[in-house]
Amino acid sequence: MLDRLIGAPAKAVEGNGHSADASGLILSVNDLATKKITAWQAVQLARDQKRPHALDIIERVFDRFQELHGDRGFRDDPAIVTGIGELDGRPVVVVGQQKGSSTEENIERNFGMPFPEGYRKAMRMYRLAAKFHLPLVTLVDTPGAYPGPEAEERGQAEAIAKSIETMTTLPTPIVAIILGEGGSGGALALGVGDVVLAMQNAIYSVISPEGAAAILFRSAGEAERAANALRLSAPELLSMGIVDGLIPEPEGGAHLDHDATGRNIKAALVAQLDRLARVPVGDLLTNRYERFRAIGSIVEPALDGSPPKAEPWWKRALRIRP
Amino acid sequence: MPFARGRKEFPSHLWTQCPTCGEMLFNKQLVRNLNVCLKCDHHFKLGARERLELIADKGSFLEIDRELSSGDPLGFVDSTPYPARILAAQTKSGEKDAIVCGTATVGGVPSVLAVMDFDFIGGSMGSVVGEKITRAAERALADRRALIVVSASGGARMQEGTLALMQMAKIIGALARLGEAGLPFVSVLTDPTTGGVLASFASLGDVILAEPDALVGFSGARVTAGTIGEKLPKGFQRSEFVLAHGFIDQVVPRSQLKERLAFLLGALRPAARDLRWSL
Repeated sequence: MLDRLIGAPAKAVEGNGHSADASGLILSVNDLATKKITAWQAVQLARDQKRPHALDIIERVFDRFQELHGDRGFRDDPAIVTGIGELDGRPVVVVGQQKGSSTEENIERNFGMPFPEGYRKAMRMYRLAAKFHLPLVTLVDTPGAYPGPEAEERGQAEAIAKSIETMTTLPTPIVAIILGEGGSGGALALGVGDVVLAMQNAIYSVISPEGAAAILFRSAGEAERAANALRLSAPELLSMGIVDGLIPEPEGGAHLDHDATGRNIKAALVAQLDRLARVPVGDLLTNRYERFRAIGSIVEPALDGSPPKAEPWWKRALRIRP
Repeated sequence: MPFARGRKEFPSHLWTQCPTCGEMLFNKQLVRNLNVCLKCDHHFKLGARERLELIADKGSFLEIDRELSSGDPLGFVDSTPYPARILAAQTKSGEKDAIVCGTATVGGVPSVLAVMDFDFIGGSMGSVVGEKITRAAERALADRRALIVVSASGGARMQEGTLALMQMAKIIGALARLGEAGLPFVSVLTDPTTGGVLASFASLGDVILAEPDALVGFSGARVTAGTIGEKLPKGFQRSEFVLAHGFIDQVVPRSQLKERLAFLLGALRPAARDLRWSL
């Protein structure tokens, strides 16, 4: 997918041994130098409390960042930070999900689980980016949207749906980066982009491994097994075409060196935004549509296949479902 | 009372007990009443084919994309392998996946209908549901038809992992194009509409209708209750609750669904432009 967008990847051996492109991005699973970690290890790395979170990255990647607050409707959600910063001297709108690095901070940030007003704040910033022709960078890092009753009452589902809709049609370049944990619809609400990148040890899943284990194996203790089955680690996402490239992390993981992680993210962002800025908006939106349009796994027989036998009417009539 | 609560001697292929009022209902009568309890108006689930019969004008429905079925992209195994699960559901229901799509007229208005079936792996949304709704929206755009999607789903299909999640973005992309072309999209929520389905296309209708007392919510009530560690208020995440909080337009009894859809599509359809105020 990315090949089509950025041309043939220029392979250059990067500092930590991956064979990456010129900006350090890993475009194929075969280019990963480190040996593959298990899905469960990936889950633990992605959730590590010492891992750099959105503000740690923003501080290292963008200059003169100004945080902008509030959804103009209800309140300011601390689980989503938004603002404007400069990337190599050019202004960029940044929206990121913010986890805490300590228990107190996590309580303040609601463990990175946004309320509907958080997504509405994000949408306000998306529109701001489009209005002033600024590129948008999103940083995804959440266990999921907050599932509490207040969130339901204020329309969590509607906020996520609208947020995705706004991103699919936003007439400005978008780069989304899965920073740590990409938890389901709450992550996708920030995850629609012209280019979607993931950190080498990030995860992105339709349901948390614990949630899947509780439903499928009837025990949250089977989370490790569920994590394997869900194939949620970054290299798996790359091979399925869900993300376009991986941003390498320092040896041992991003939590060991925030500065190096920031440098890698900055290099990838500069390269991608440079390229996207040259694409006409119409093409950008068509490519974005096609990018997501192509995802899925279906089997479609040839048109001459005979239709399956319909169920007789009397069977249907007796099939009452409470 | 001839048919008392909890008596078991009624053969289940002839009689169904209403879970709300306990009334024993004669199946033939229940079907004739659109699967709605004759005593308390409890809405039983309705299969996709029966729903189509209810909504589409008689004889106008032409199915599209019938043969689409799911691959096994993850090689997913829980208690049974995913392909076996699919096959069992296909054999049981006679459908290829959890949705039936086609073109029809509704009250004379040319439309594309996409109707989900909860009976097929909980109506879960995988690649096939995603592809079929996307194609339905693209078809509506190409033919300048209205789009109606009837949801009945627990959310995204776990067995297809992140690919299932991505269907949300895929469908929404197609719906956005439909909206830009000024074509109406009506979303109908039935019991249950939750998770990734509600957090994507189901919440984006120009008009959103719901059946009475249908479960409509983002996260499962058990998750929510577990999060706050207390019991939830009565009626939480039911259509009437969601209506009161402003996220749907109407709660519509099944017997009136077709009539309301026909009126709305008639008023919103693009061909009605010349009848409208010249704004």
